Amino acid sequence: MINGQKNSVGRRALLGGAAGVLAMPWVARAQANPIKIGIQSIFSGPIALLGASSKGAIQIEIDRINATGGLLGRQIQPIYRDTKGQPQEAARIARELINTDGCEILLDAEASSASFAVQEVVRDLGVLCVHSNSETSSLTADPKLRVATCFRSARQGVHDAIVGGAHSAKIAEAKKLTRWATTSPDYSFGRDTTAQFLEFLKHFKPDIEVASQAWPKMGQPDFTEVITKILQAKPQALYTTLFAGDLSAFVNQGNVYALFGQMQVFCPAMGDLPVLTAIKNLPTGIQCASRYLPTFPDTPPNQAFYENYRKVNNNDYPTNWSWESATGMRFIEAAVKKANSTDGKKAAEAMSGLTIDSIFSTTGKVTMRAEDHTMVDYAIGWGTSVPAAPYVTGVQPGDWGQIRELEAEWKKNNAYV
Amino acid sequence: MDLAALAECVTSSSCLVTQTTSGLIVGMLLFLVAAGLTLIFGVLKIVNFAHGTFYMLGAYLAYSVFRVTDSYTLAVVAAGAGMGIFGIVFERALIARVYGANVLMQLLICYAVVLICDDLVKIVWGADFKAMGMPPEFQVPPLFVAGGVVPPFYILLITVALAIGGGLGLTLALTKIGKIVRAAAHNPNMVSALGINTTLLYSLVFATGAMLAGLAGGLAAPVRSLTPGMGFSILIESFIVTVIGGMGSIAGALIAAVVLGLIRSFGTIGFPMFTEGMMFLVMIIILVVKPSGLFGREIV
Repeated sequence: MINGQKNSVGRRALLGGAAGVLAMPWVARAQANPIKIGIQSIFSGPIALLGASSKGAIQIEIDRINATGGLLGRQIQPIYRDTKGQPQEAARIARELINTDGCEILLDAEASSASFAVQEVVRDLGVLCVHSNSETSSLTADPKLRVATCFRSARQGVHDAIVGGAHSAKIAEAKKLTRWATTSPDYSFGRDTTAQFLEFLKHFKPDIEVASQAWPKMGQPDFTEVITKILQAKPQALYTTLFAGDLSAFVNQGNVYALFGQMQVFCPAMGDLPVLTAIKNLPTGIQCASRYLPTFPDTPPNQAFYENYRKVNNNDYPTNWSWESATGMRFIEAAVKKANSTDGKKAAEAMSGLTIDSIFSTTGKVTMRAEDHTMVDYAIGWGTSVPAAPYVTGVQPGDWGQIRELEAEWKKNNAYV
Repeated sequence: MDLAALAECVTSSSCLVTQTTSGLIVGMLLFLVAAGLTLIFGVLKIVNFAHGTFYMLGAYLAYSVFRVTDSYTLAVVAAGAGMGIFGIVFERALIARVYGANVLMQLLICYAVVLICDDLVKIVWGADFKAMGMPPEFQVPPLFVAGGVVPPFYILLITVALAIGGGLGLTLALTKIGKIVRAAAHNPNMVSALGINTTLLYSLVFATGAMLAGLAGGLAAPVRSLTPGMGFSILIESFIVTVIGGMGSIAGALIAAVVLGLIRSFGTIGFPMFTEGMMFLVMIIILVVKPSGLFGREIV
C-alpha cells in the first residue's frame, strides 16, 4: 500500500514534471518577452505631482493586468521616463523608447506642450500611442495634426468650455450676472481656454460684458495687483483658469480682500483634490469644474478607486491625470485584446470607435470616437465649493448631446471638418 | 495700453487707495529681500544668487512652525532666526572661501546651493505646493478707506517691513556696529588693521542679510504658495531693485522696491501687457542715465 502510494505519487510527479518541462519554454518565452509600454510623463519640476499621479494610476492597472495573466499571455513591462514637460526632450524620449528600449506601445501621460512633439514621432514610427493628459483640442480635432495610430484618453478643452459655458450661463441667468472679469495665466493655455469659455458663455447668454481681463505670469509670487484690478472693475462674476499653486495663492490673497464675497467666481481648474485640500480657508460658493472627485460620479466603484489609489500610493490623492491615465491603460488593454496584436495599425483599428466600461463616466461607458480619435462620454460637471470634505457639492453633469452638437459646430467654424 | 483706465484710476480716490496699498505691500516684501541682498553686496562684495533660497526656506520654516504652534509670530521669528543661523553656516562653510574670487566661482557656489536646497525642500516638504493659510487673528474683513480696499493684514506687513527696514537703516547710520559695517564696506583692510574681527563681522552681515530674506518669506507665507524654487522669481525682482536703487544702498532698495510695487499695481491697469517689461525698462533707463543706480554712491 505504502509502496503503491509511493508509486502513485511518483507517477503524478513524473507526469506533472513532464508537463512542466513541456510548458517551460512557453512560460519562459512569456516571461522573457513582455509587452514593453513606454510611459512618459512629467516627474520633475513644479507639476511633478501630476506626473506622479498618472504613474500611480497606470501602475495599478498594469499590476491588475499582470496579476491576471497579462495581455495576450504576456506580462506588461512599463518603462517610465521623465520628459520634464519639454517638447524636444519628449520627442527624443519617445523615439528612444521605441527604437532603443523596444517599446511596442506608448502611453504619453503629459501636458499638451510635449504631446504635440510626441505625436509627430509616432507619425514616423507608427506604434499605438495614447495621449492620456493632453487637453488641447487641436491635438486630435485638427485633421492636419491627427495621426492614425494616436488617440486621446483625456478630457478635451472644447468639451470643458461648452459645459463650463452652459453651466455658467445658467447661473448667470439666475443671478443676473452680466458684468464679468477674467484672470488666467499669461500663456497659450490661459488665453485659449478663456477665449473658448467666453465664446460659449456668450453663445448661451449673449448679454455678457467682459469688463476686465488680467493675465498674470505663471508662478508669479503675488497676485495682489491682479486682485485689486478685478475689484476696481466691480464685476459681478469672475472666471479664472489659474491652477495649482497659483490658484492657491490667488485664493489666499483674494480672501484678504474679501474678493469671493463680492462676486461669483467660476474656476475650471479647482476640482482636483490636491488643490482643494491644499487651499486653506477655501471659500464657500465658488463654482468649480470636476477634474477628479471621488464623489463624481457618486458611485461605489469610483469611491473604491479613490480608496485603493490612496492605499497603494502613500495616501496621496488621485488627480484628473490619474483617471485619464488609468482610462488610457484600459483602452490599450481592450484594443490590444480585440486586435489580438500590439501592432500599431491593427491595434489602432481596434481602438477606433471602441467603447469600454468606465467608472469615470456617468453612463458607465466611454468611447474612443472613431472620427477624431478622442474620448467622449466621460464624467464632466460643475459643482459648488465648500470649505471641508467633500469640498465640491451638487455636481451637475454636462449634457453630452449638447457637447457633441456644439463641438461639431465649433469644428466647422475652425475648418476642422 | 489702456491709458484711459489708468487716468480714471489715478483720479479716483478708491482706485488710488486700493492700488497704492497693493503696490506698497508688493514693494515692502520685495524690499526686505532686496535689502539683505544689497547689504551683503555692499559689505562683502558677494553677488548672492542664493538669496532667493533664504526667502524660500524662511517661508517653509514658518509654515512648519505655524503648523506645530499655531502662532504666526513664532513662525515669523523662527523664519528670521533660522535663516540667520543658516546664513552663518553658509557664509562660513562656503562663501568665506570665495571672497575676492572670480564672480563665476561665487555664482557656481550659490547656484549649487540653490539646486541643493530646492531638492532638499522637495524631500522634506514634498514637490507639490503648500499653503500656510491665514492665521485666524487676521481672518477679518478688509477696511474701506476713501472707497478703497485696505486689508488689515497688509497694513501689518507694511508696518513690520518698514520697522525692520528703518531699524536696519538707523543701526547702520547711528550705532557703533553700523559704523564698523560701513567702514568695512569702504576699506576692509583698514578695519581689520584696527583690530576688529572682520571674520565675525562678515558672518554677522551675511546672517543679517539672510535673516531679512527669511523674515520676508515668513511674513508672506500666509498669502503665498510655497513651492520648491519659489525663491527664483523674487530673486530676479530683487536684483532689479538692487540695480535701480544702487548696489549696496538700503535707502535705494526701499525706494526702488516701492517704485516696482507701484509699477506692478498701476501697470496692471494702464499697461497690463507690459508690466514686467516696464520694470526692466525702468532698470535700463536708470542704468543708462545713472549707471550706479539711484543711490549708487551711498555705499553702506
